Amino acid sequence: MSEITPSQTVGPFFAYGLTPKGRNKWDPNGTYSWKETAGDNLITPDATGTKIRIEGCISDADGAPINDAMLEIWQADSQGRYLHARGEAPRPNAKFTGFGRSATDKQGVFSFDTIKPGAVAGPNGKTQAPHIVFCIFSRGMLRQVYTRLYFSDEAANAADPILALVPADRRGTLIAHKQTGGAVPTYRFDIRVQGDNETVFFDI
Amino acid sequence: MSLIYPKESLSAYPKHLSPEYKSTVKRSPSKPLIIVPHTLSELSGPAFGHDAMQEGDNDLTKQGKGEPLGERIIVHGRVLDEDKRPVPDTLVEIWQANACGRYVHIVDQHPAPLDPNFTGAGRTITDKNGYYKFITVKPGAYPWGNHHNAWRPNHIHFSVFGQSFLTRLVTQMYFPGDYLFPYDPIFNSVTDEKARNRMVSAFDLENTIPDWALAFRWDIVLRGREQTPLDNDEH
Repeated sequence: MSEITPSQTVGPFFAYGLTPKGRNKWDPNGTYSWKETAGDNLITPDATGTKIRIEGCISDADGAPINDAMLEIWQADSQGRYLHARGEAPRPNAKFTGFGRSATDKQGVFSFDTIKPGAVAGPNGKTQAPHIVFCIFSRGMLRQVYTRLYFSDEAANAADPILALVPADRRGTLIAHKQTGGAVPTYRFDIRVQGDNETVFFDI
Repeated sequence: MSLIYPKESLSAYPKHLSPEYKSTVKRSPSKPLIIVPHTLSELSGPAFGHDAMQEGDNDLTKQGKGEPLGERIIVHGRVLDEDKRPVPDTLVEIWQANACGRYVHIVDQHPAPLDPNFTGAGRTITDKNGYYKFITVKPGAYPWGNHHNAWRPNHIHFSVFGQSFLTRLVTQMYFPGDYLFPYDPIFNSVTDEKARNRMVSAFDLENTIPDWALAFRWDIVLRGREQTPLDNDEH
């Protein structure tokens, strides 16, 4: 057996390498020359289902915005299929990867344009409510933190096996709230790294 | 073959709160993390095809009109799992300061020169043996505001994906024998010396190219090992 390489912080200066197009959130003068590997718009021509927008703010123990975070998401398609799930048949809509990256702006705001995921298989034959896995990096984080976004308008949340493991008084931190108005259904998902109403992070 | 991801393997990681690195104080979770099983959502993960790359994305010395200043180096190695099996076809991204210790990031105010021929970003995909290779220049040390007279050791930032969303790793590769090691709270946030040394590359004379570039070798080990009958018994 070999022992794993430890994690280190992403630091404050990753943007020109990892989120080069995110600079226009920060600086109207443009983007870095490097092309992005993945960005905050996941919608592809082959994506089927409901187009949605996710918006939120990530903040620290004082409620101050974290303006140098990178949020990565991983999700199934509208029918609950992951692109690279072992043991599953290849998905026809392979251009929709289900992976996205967003930088934050000066106000700590991130956003994703994507497709609402379907319910996916869970442990012990149960079904998981539609959700998106978040993996978060920033200066001051020596290792990533994982959380999940669930949707406020999903009755299936009540039977979700992962939500059931979260103390009831903290479950609300994982629910993205559908906003009224707007051309595209928009869900608000604020992330508090520490302090009052601290977001639930998972030990996985 | 089905990989499992024992949490014990994470014991060498830094703690979320490592107060010597001051920015962790307000950016680390204070409540206990919630233990949940690994589901399909964690056991699957993004993959990137070679079509995401362009020829030369792994050569940071060829992105400008001319060659960047500094010591030209080769950084190479393999991405492996905990059973020492190669992790093929996985995305490896790097970013770094230039030879003077300055990043092109707009927020970096270190009064050292930018190099018009150096951006400091690169990427590649491991081959079937898990092998990766970059050509770049050795990054300089630079000051930062953590404490009086704080300087970061020379390092290259690495981002690696692996077989699932659980194997995601962002880390830093250091250079052997750096005199700033004892003073750096980020490097020393990994409290176990052996684990710390796994972040340090080795000088690689064998792969150094005479009259052209020094080589450094660094293998990256991600989470994941094969399930054994014993693991099955535990469930």
